[in-house]
Amino acid sequence: MSRPIVIIGAGQGGLQAAESLRSAKFEGEILLLGDEKYLPYNRPPLSKAFLLGECERDQLTIRQAPVFEKKRITLETGVRVEKIDPVDHALICNDGRTIGYEKLIIATGSRARSLPIANVDVEGVHCIRTLDDTLKIQAELETTKNLVVVGGGFIGLEMAAVARKLGKAVMVVEFADRLMARVVSPMISDYYKNMHESHGVDVRLNAQAGEIIAKNDRVQGVKLSDGEELPADMVVLGVGVLPNQELAHEAGLTCEGGIVIDHKGRTSDPDIYAIGDCTAQKLSDGSFLRLESVQNAVELAKAAANDIMGNDKPFVAAPWFWSDQYDVTLQMVGLSGGYDTAVLRGDLDSASFSYFYFKQGNLIAVDSLNQSSDHMAGRKLLGGANSLTPETAQDLSFNLRDAIG
Amino acid sequence: MVKINFIEADGSETELDVQDGWSLMQAAVSNGVEGIEAECGGSCCCATCHCYVDEAYLDKLEAANDKELGMLEETVAERKDNSRLACQVKVTPEMDGMTVHLPEVQS
Repeated sequence: MSRPIVIIGAGQGGLQAAESLRSAKFEGEILLLGDEKYLPYNRPPLSKAFLLGECERDQLTIRQAPVFEKKRITLETGVRVEKIDPVDHALICNDGRTIGYEKLIIATGSRARSLPIANVDVEGVHCIRTLDDTLKIQAELETTKNLVVVGGGFIGLEMAAVARKLGKAVMVVEFADRLMARVVSPMISDYYKNMHESHGVDVRLNAQAGEIIAKNDRVQGVKLSDGEELPADMVVLGVGVLPNQELAHEAGLTCEGGIVIDHKGRTSDPDIYAIGDCTAQKLSDGSFLRLESVQNAVELAKAAANDIMGNDKPFVAAPWFWSDQYDVTLQMVGLSGGYDTAVLRGDLDSASFSYFYFKQGNLIAVDSLNQSSDHMAGRKLLGGANSLTPETAQDLSFNLRDAIG
Repeated sequence: MVKINFIEADGSETELDVQDGWSLMQAAVSNGVEGIEAECGGSCCCATCHCYVDEAYLDKLEAANDKELGMLEETVAERKDNSRLACQVKVTPEMDGMTVHLPEVQS
């Protein structure tokens, strides 16, 4: 091959794709292009340990520079790709260069959604997506007294937990009638509402931010659509992300709320793959699965690299996620939406328990709070055939691993 | 700086000077030691940074908490008495000279 394999996006997925190509004995040139100015870094701590100041900036960096040299991965940071030309197999970059590719992997990730409300661009209104976002929040947090978080999903609630630990007054404004509604069951939502309230967070459900109140281009509060005004010297928006699919869309690739791929990261162009947050995976029943997670980035990266090298290793594992809030780790495996039966394993008062979700008798998901053993068993159970029933799932004397197979 | 020697399943060794307070995982991954995946980046949520620590140093390490013990129940490689998740072992000066063996597979 005379042209390189080019990877657009130097996040966790892009880096994994490059390394997996090398592990699979790809000998040609690998070019990894990132639009941020940093070496690839771990994003999850941006709203957790790093935001809280429990780890240093260097500790976010996944691989130090010499590792790229050793693996012969050419990393270019601060480079933005402006156009993909699938006919000529070429990219046009913001610095005017045209770069040819043999195979292309799009790992452009997602960006934080904003809200179409007044004054959303003033100083003191933030989102959490990049290291720069978190650095800006940290710089202002010291002098912040009142924080309003708009959006009661993972990011918003992790932000709220950190701010409470730092002693800030925190309000959470959530449009839906429960927290984290997209991903967890009503029982978990209720548990988290109580938890946040017991830590002193003012949680407002069924509430909509109508506008940002600003003075001299600086945030002063949030006005809800019912007219109530919440004072704030910082506002953090955690209202979801949008897939960065525009490059692919303009290049004529099929997009459906994400770049459409299969379980090997293959797009509608045979020489272009896409992985991670920017994708929507088409399932066998014709529906689309959009996941925003480390696992989805890393596993699709491996699958795509393997497919390029002629190895048949699709990404088929049950999706898993986690969220750290206060001293509680929530670990989820599978997707619980549409369950007909949910059973509790353990004791709600112990702050260490799991919910097991079934649909038509089959296990579809497990949510575990401070119960990593159940979570890991859940991954095994959902990874293949299992004989778990609602009765055995809630029986603490039953070893979950006996239901595998 | 604390000297830690990582030995991969194929026998290759990497001796690193690790900053006090960093985890074994961070030290190994940032320096490109193979044999640790650390998919979750150090949140004790994936069990792909499984390692075997030098028996002689076991009592110098802070004991594994319930979260780590739960994750260790499903490591892909064999779990032994000296199994730990490298992301949960923070390096201290007492660990100077410690050897860490890495398993053949993590996932």
